Amino acid sequence: MWTLQSCGSVLTLSINADLARPCTDLFGYVGIEAVLDQMRRKTIKAGLEFNIMVVGQSGLGKSTLVNTLFKSKVSRKSCTPNYEEKISKTVKLHSVSHVIEEKGVKMKLTVIDTPGFGDQINNDNCWEPIVKHVNEQYEKYLREELHINRKRRIPDSRVHCCIYFLPATGHRLRPIDVEFMKRLGKIVSIVPVIAKADTLTIEERQEFKEQIRQDLAANGIRVYPQKEYDEDPEERILNDRIRESIPFAVVGTDKEHQVNGNKVLGRKTKWGIIEVENVAHCEFANLRDLLIRSHLQDLKDVTHDIHYETYRVRRLNESNMNYSELGLSTWPLENKCESDSHL
Amino acid sequence: QYNHNINHNLPLNLKYEKQYVGFATLPNQVHRKSVKKGFDFTLMVAGESGMGKSTLVNSLFLTDLYKDRKLLNAEERINQTVEIIKHTVDIEEKGVKLKLTIVDTPGFGDAVNNNECWKPITDYIDQQFEQYFRDESGLNRKNIQDNRVHCCLYFIPPFGHGCMKALHEKVNIIPLIAKADCLTPNEIKKLKDRIREEIDKFGIKVYQFPECDSDEDEEFKQLDKELKECTPFAVIGSNTVVEARGQRVRGRLYPWGIVEVENQSHCDFVKLRNMLIRSHMHDLKDVTCDVHYENYRAQCIQEMTSKLTQDNRMESPIPILSTPDVETEKLIKMKDEELKRMQEMLNKMQQQMHDKDQ
Repeated sequence: MWTLQSCGSVLTLSINADLARPCTDLFGYVGIEAVLDQMRRKTIKAGLEFNIMVVGQSGLGKSTLVNTLFKSKVSRKSCTPNYEEKISKTVKLHSVSHVIEEKGVKMKLTVIDTPGFGDQINNDNCWEPIVKHVNEQYEKYLREELHINRKRRIPDSRVHCCIYFLPATGHRLRPIDVEFMKRLGKIVSIVPVIAKADTLTIEERQEFKEQIRQDLAANGIRVYPQKEYDEDPEERILNDRIRESIPFAVVGTDKEHQVNGNKVLGRKTKWGIIEVENVAHCEFANLRDLLIRSHLQDLKDVTHDIHYETYRVRRLNESNMNYSELGLSTWPLENKCESDSHL
Repeated sequence: QYNHNINHNLPLNLKYEKQYVGFATLPNQVHRKSVKKGFDFTLMVAGESGMGKSTLVNSLFLTDLYKDRKLLNAEERINQTVEIIKHTVDIEEKGVKLKLTIVDTPGFGDAVNNNECWKPITDYIDQQFEQYFRDESGLNRKNIQDNRVHCCLYFIPPFGHGCMKALHEKVNIIPLIAKADCLTPNEIKKLKDRIREEIDKFGIKVYQFPECDSDEDEEFKQLDKELKECTPFAVIGSNTVVEARGQRVRGRLYPWGIVEVENQSHCDFVKLRNMLIRSHMHDLKDVTCDVHYENYRAQCIQEMTSKLTQDNRMESPIPILSTPDVETEKLIKMKDEELKRMQEMLNKMQQQMHDKDQ
């Protein structure tokens, strides 16, 4: 309860008057929840940055899905005319940023595409340019953080989320899937999705998902939301529900059709219209809710508090500097304390 | 309630309308996390004894922090040095938790010779910065405690002036005219003008309220203007309840009348409370982090690196990443360019051979 510390001439008496009762008989209301409003205003004013990476073979509908998620043409589809498609020998990452605004909130969205991934006959190490990119962003941020004169807001180019596209084979994870997710799962939050899921019936979808979850567990692959980062029981319950339903089976499109007098986003076939936002048809809405409406901030927090910190610790250890063992004589105040006389 | 109009209504229900992407819910997501975590705030009070600091703090936060305090008599105070005493209080309101730390500075300005009375205070502020700097530079940054002083309420006696200059580049100073109930409105106005003049003349950097956004509504802009014109705030505090105008109010009972603390025509207490807690608490923390702390950190690093170059034995205080030095970088660049040229030549040769074959 009471602690006494002394540093030179200053006596510090710390009393922990925990839970001193506010004089509620002197009626009143301090008004501290207004601090939340202040925070909200600042958040809105500052806008947000969100960086999302899409990984998967070409033709799995990556760009379409991103465009559908953000309701804007933020990603150029490789099937558009004049798209110069050279099958490059290496995976070349390609970042595009857009600022989108909604209800007064501005978001700078950066989509990092990875054309060439998994497209070769020999795909050995095709994940390496991606690993390199992710680490480079951490390095950039770290350097900014260590600068003497730091920016007020360090520009954040770190990858907050990596959507990994699994082709809807209906079988199990392929070796390339395992290799990629094993490596990237350690440094970035991976959200696997089953792409072009309109080729699977509901039963086939359930079986496929179950198989994937088993494969993930068997290979020790941790995808988002990771169990060990749940902060409290409430969050655990929420995230457990999500973990039981991933990977989400998605369908993307930018075309609208008329269904029952309403305009819906969907894919029209001879046997019916697949409504993208209908949860009975596919899990696009669940993916969108997870990524944007409920866990957007959490994705950023996990990137910053966990993945980035892990990188930082590793880098600092590599540079052979251990700060907790610093000799005290290098800190200026200790020097002052020892040499100055009392008041 | 000091809750100005935010120019849109964010539905808290996450089952959103279809035509929106939905990232406008981000402030709500941040909100939820903050409510869970709670906030903290460190407030320092500085001023001579008897200025009403304790009473004001109790009035601001509706607490009773100084119950068991023993006031020293004059003899005991002759040799008293300035102490630093911290009180921590957890306040919860409408589900929001605030961990409030009040840093008291008894003895400040009380001695006969007060030339160095600010030193323990600046040392304390620097110590908190240093602690934070160490924590921030360390390997495990999970649960860093922020003990930095976010704001210093500086009590100017109604008949004097103070020594704010020692503190003004280390902490957000909010000067207050204490015990304003011994001044008439005219005297208050004159004193405020004089203090503002002195602040300008001596270049003292007190806390500046940030500018209003252009998209704020008129009412808010008007309130903001009034707030700025009213500084330094003339305050009165009270822990007692009196009956005035048929109501129970917080106040002070004199034979000539009743001073109501929360009556805006009597004193600026309400303005101070609204500013400190309801509208600018977050900004005070931001300025502390972004300006005062960063200044300290930059200065610290420069001092230490200059010591480093003098004395090679010492280790670097901040993490230095192993980077290739300028010379090596130049070399790498040269080699790169050479390689490029060779590659181009090769391509040319290949092309020529290919053409020949056709």
